[in-house]
Amino acid sequence: MADLVSHPDEVKVVSRRFGQGAANIDRYLELDGYKAVQKALAMEPDAIINEVKNSGLRGRGGAGFSTGMKWSFVPKQSAKPKYVLCNGDESEPGTCKDRLIFEHDPHSVIEGVMIGALAVGAKSGYIYIRGEYRYLLEIMQKAIRDAYTKGFIGKNIFGSGRDLDIYWHGGAGAYEVGEESALMESLEGKRGVPRIRPPFPAVVGLWGGPTVINNAETLANVPHIILGGADWYAKLGTPKNGGTRLFCLSGNIAKPGVYELPMGYNLKKMLYEVGGGIPNGRKLKAVVPGGASCPCLTADEIDVAMDFDSVAKAGSMLGSGGVVVVDDEQCIVKFALRTMKFYQHESCGWCIPCREGTDWIKKTLVRFHAGGGVKKDIDNIQYLAENMLGRTFCPLGDAAAMPTIGFVKKFRKEFEDHLDGKPCPYEKEGAAELSAALAH
Amino acid sequence: MKFSDEFESRFAEMVPHYPTKRSALVPTLLYAQDEIGFLSDEVIAEIATRLDLTELEVRNVISYYSMLTTKPRGRFNVQVCTNISCMVRGGEEILHHCAKKLGIGHKQTTADGLFTLEEVECIGACSWAPAAQVNYDFHENLTPEKMDRILDEYKKKGTQ
Repeated sequence: MADLVSHPDEVKVVSRRFGQGAANIDRYLELDGYKAVQKALAMEPDAIINEVKNSGLRGRGGAGFSTGMKWSFVPKQSAKPKYVLCNGDESEPGTCKDRLIFEHDPHSVIEGVMIGALAVGAKSGYIYIRGEYRYLLEIMQKAIRDAYTKGFIGKNIFGSGRDLDIYWHGGAGAYEVGEESALMESLEGKRGVPRIRPPFPAVVGLWGGPTVINNAETLANVPHIILGGADWYAKLGTPKNGGTRLFCLSGNIAKPGVYELPMGYNLKKMLYEVGGGIPNGRKLKAVVPGGASCPCLTADEIDVAMDFDSVAKAGSMLGSGGVVVVDDEQCIVKFALRTMKFYQHESCGWCIPCREGTDWIKKTLVRFHAGGGVKKDIDNIQYLAENMLGRTFCPLGDAAAMPTIGFVKKFRKEFEDHLDGKPCPYEKEGAAELSAALAH
Repeated sequence: MKFSDEFESRFAEMVPHYPTKRSALVPTLLYAQDEIGFLSDEVIAEIATRLDLTELEVRNVISYYSMLTTKPRGRFNVQVCTNISCMVRGGEEILHHCAKKLGIGHKQTTADGLFTLEEVECIGACSWAPAAQVNYDFHENLTPEKMDRILDEYKKKGTQ
């Protein structure tokens, strides 16, 4: 069970029920549970979609696409059944927020899926939870069972004459499955290899039916929007970036933890006031603002509002809310290597630029970090990464390339410091032993 | 091939959730593995039959998912995360420490069959790093000393 943290600047919407025992359905009901879905049942589907559109809610999985817009792409009439799929395959390095939602407030996800289903006219919803989160899958299984027992899901929900089923589904370890078309493949019992688009999932998704796929945090926000209203929610954030965000502070920071802060909260303030700054008398070197796939920001670039548009303007991405802090005793080449080792491990091998690119860059970085690098390698790493960008079926190739390009561009000197057979100058222990451990 | 009653009731509950039988494949494989310890030829054949798939189709899926294995593992699978958030807080140190203490490397098993060690990718414990999972249990904010105590406890459990 992960520890909870708090800070006076937090605005608790999604985390409102954390630590309140709301995984228990009766407790959830005491805390306004299942009121939003009853309100939504009295609304026209288009009114629900408009409310979510106007709230400025954008996808919390990483892409930041307007949730209301996504819902509006689902055709009204469909010969095949429609579905809502909750993406709980949280696996972007640096991200550990959905875990808290599933642990402390699983019914809010169920309610979010239900409201999504009402909005798009689906009769079934699936909640996919990554395999490593077994205890959370068990919490969700119980939550779903309890909701059936109360008659909140199943036949004739809340006496409305409408049927709506919600099911759980467990993964078995795969980062790529967090990509929405790969997620559908996985749910259909296949390898999580992404599908070519178009057609988009909103038109042809699960088992060929129109499908809405949203991140768990996105869906957990929906009941609050329906109850509190789009205006209230939108005003919590910045223009076009409604609401709050669960930020996962990790790495070299004094008070790591998951904090719910308004969209647009200043990153510098987040690190030094909320996170308590950099411990052990060290200084900030870099910060990855939104999970491993986002280009890093240097210590000079952190005066930025943490919303999708401002971070994009600063040359990175708000991503999945994983804020990874790196202090001045860490080696950026090694950090780049560990990042690439991850993507090389997770690449499914379907697209050549991703399969070969991640492997080649990883091998180069292993050699480079151990002191076997030549000057040409530095440009080569960047060249390889740039040639992966936009040339793969799914965003995994981009996710591997973008941070790599950032590391080389922003920390070229650190790469140069490894040249001429020099072992890593940033590490006390020496690179050779660690590189051996990283090489497999 | 005999599974536990718990497995059977979960399997029976799961299959009608989907319009196609094969959709139950991934969670079924993991639950079967949890019982048997690994996905043996016999397990694969059984699940293939139940879900109207060929064994090749099942193996094809198994090879994609990092948690699924066709090789036996120790009773306690020690999975140490060394991804970025854990790495900058000493995740590698924890991994090396486990390797030294257990006398095994990545994906190796101790001679007594108690422990397997695995370096894993992000397990979603970033804000409580460094972290590891032993089977499904999370252990967070680790230090080498804390890891020692954890491994000793599992060893005690395993030899009782």
